[in-house]
Amino acid sequence: MNTQRKPGKFWVVVALSLLLATSLVQADEVSVAVAANFTAPMKKITAEFEKTSGHKVALSFGSTGKFYAQVKAGAPFEVLLAADDETPGKMEQEGLAVKDSHFTYAIGKLVLWSAKESFVDDQGDLLKRGSFEHIAIANPKLAPYGAAGMQTLQALGVYDAIAPKIVQGENIAQTYQFIATGNAQLGFVALSQVIGEDGKVKSGSAWIVPQKYYTPIRQDAVLLERGKDKIAAVELLKFLKTPYAAKIIQSYGYELGR
Amino acid sequence: MMLSPDDWSTIRLTLELAGLVTVLLLLIGTPIAWWLARTDSALKRPISAIVTLPMVLPPTVLGFYLLVAMGPQGPVGRLTQALGIGLLPFTFAGLVIASILYSLPFAVQPIQQAFEAMGERPLEVAATLRASPLDAFFTVALPLARPGFITAAVMSFAHTIGEFGVVLMIGGNIPGKTRVVSVQIYDHVEALEFTQGHWLAGGLLVFSFCVLLVVYHFNPMAPRKAAN
Repeated sequence: MNTQRKPGKFWVVVALSLLLATSLVQADEVSVAVAANFTAPMKKITAEFEKTSGHKVALSFGSTGKFYAQVKAGAPFEVLLAADDETPGKMEQEGLAVKDSHFTYAIGKLVLWSAKESFVDDQGDLLKRGSFEHIAIANPKLAPYGAAGMQTLQALGVYDAIAPKIVQGENIAQTYQFIATGNAQLGFVALSQVIGEDGKVKSGSAWIVPQKYYTPIRQDAVLLERGKDKIAAVELLKFLKTPYAAKIIQSYGYELGR
Repeated sequence: MMLSPDDWSTIRLTLELAGLVTVLLLLIGTPIAWWLARTDSALKRPISAIVTLPMVLPPTVLGFYLLVAMGPQGPVGRLTQALGIGLLPFTFAGLVIASILYSLPFAVQPIQQAFEAMGERPLEVAATLRASPLDAFFTVALPLARPGFITAAVMSFAHTIGEFGVVLMIGGNIPGKTRVVSVQIYDHVEALEFTQGHWLAGGLLVFSFCVLLVVYHFNPMAPRKAAN
């Protein structure tokens, strides 16, 4: 009898430990939807978070609008780092996200950038002269940085003169690509895309657009319904508020939210 | 009707683009198809492969290389600037050139197959009747290859209308110049304007179905034959 029971016990133990292992692995993984402009800092933050917490993070980068539509359609994201503060609020109201879980993790800075050296002056006077063929802006309907770019042109009173020269990227990453390849001589992108380790613009020339010309780009993070019971999801959101994460966020030219 | 004036302008632009590209593709594709159908050259395989490349490459690859090549530092961009044309990205002409590359296999392959199916015999007969090669081409080969040309025209037209990735990469989404239907649908859906997206997307679906019906009408599928 005993000899027959032993293998049985053995398999029970194996099955249990497998079950435990899988449940641990699941609890340890969090999938995060991240606004494209926050790609670089989020990779850095995540690397540190994975090291200190032992959790695994799967990052997806894209536009906030697309993530909203995907989550609504049942996409398995547990945390959203949006490029605006409207979408997370809306998702809480619609029951897609956990009530009152949203907070501003960064305030984005808009920059007028050219891949050419000393092309953009530090006052943005170039916009008034209009001495360029194409200016790239992210689709203002879809991208907050695009909307901020449009506001800036309007605030400077140059929108009508410049409108025929506008080319639109689908998102801020594609807009950067248009400018970096020189096809558009200049354009509006996120400061985080062009800033270097030393806090200065990496290459080309740039004008950091003063805040008075556009509505602040408050970027909110939110805990999605699917992440409600995930320890890793909750901890990652907490980690975003630590001084360590704050330092990385600021090093990419963002301001901190409160 | 749920279509905005902006939607209509994208439809008009898309039809203009597809029409122009189809005409140019028939002009460019016919000599290539003729050569490919009749040559024994060692270059036949590499040229065939190049012509077919756009069929297997992701449009984003094609679009990205075009953006770089047509840019101010790229070889094509340098040439067009030297010729005083300026840069091609964000222009209608740029879209036409990109679309020709993108739809090339859809024009060449049906015509090539039609020429191949025809064989040598009709041209030999024409030659014995003292038709010059050029004469034989226009009076014998072209009429015999008619179904191939119709398929090529319809497929080029339809494929250009369905083009998305390449246009997205080099178009710049300029109303009336480079904003085509597929990009407009994408923008509607991204902006959660599903109703407007449905009208355009549904229209495209019906259109594509009709196009394929036309293709099958001119290339009847062989009826099933009983095994002997």
